[in-house]
Amino acid sequence: MTLALNVFSVLAIVAGAVFFLAGTVGLLRFPDALTRLHALTKADNLGLGLVVLGLLPRVDWPLGALKLVVVWLLVLLAAATVSQLIARVAQRTGPAS
Amino acid sequence: MADFLLAAATFVLAMVALGLIRILRGPTLADRVMAAQLLGSGGIATLLLLAAATDMPAAVDVALALALLAAFASAAFVNGIAGPDDPAATDRG
Repeated sequence: MTLALNVFSVLAIVAGAVFFLAGTVGLLRFPDALTRLHALTKADNLGLGLVVLGLLPRVDWPLGALKLVVVWLLVLLAAATVSQLIARVAQRTGPAS
Repeated sequence: MADFLLAAATFVLAMVALGLIRILRGPTLADRVMAAQLLGSGGIATLLLLAAATDMPAAVDVALALALLAAFASAAFVNGIAGPDDPAATDRG
């Protein structure tokens, strides 16, 4: 049982790290501000969610696990709001010359 | 297992550091604040991994505070760059 949980943790955390890699590559390689925002907000929050999922079996139940999930939900809410705000600024100021 | 968690935390931190190149290159202010947002979410992931690796639950509270502050930083940026007089920036939000 412990082995299975460890394997689950490793798989989820590695997947999360891959999504962080994808977010960074998108932020550096995509051509304009709106596509970069698209890459960053989705990939990073999914990566964070997978890291939290992988850590869930390793914290004390239920309060520690609940706290991890709450951190992730707070990040999701904040990122959804902030990405809309940044997109509005990017659209209004236009691409840099 | 602690070694793996530390390695994962290092990897995520390296990805955040790479993303900071975008702050140098710009070109728009929105790009720069996006990299700062990456610093927020990547820093939270790093802190959570470190909390599990070193068995230090207090780091989860630090991650919670970082989640709040990163959101406020970006909101302050949007408010500051647009100015309170800009009708497109206020209201509706």
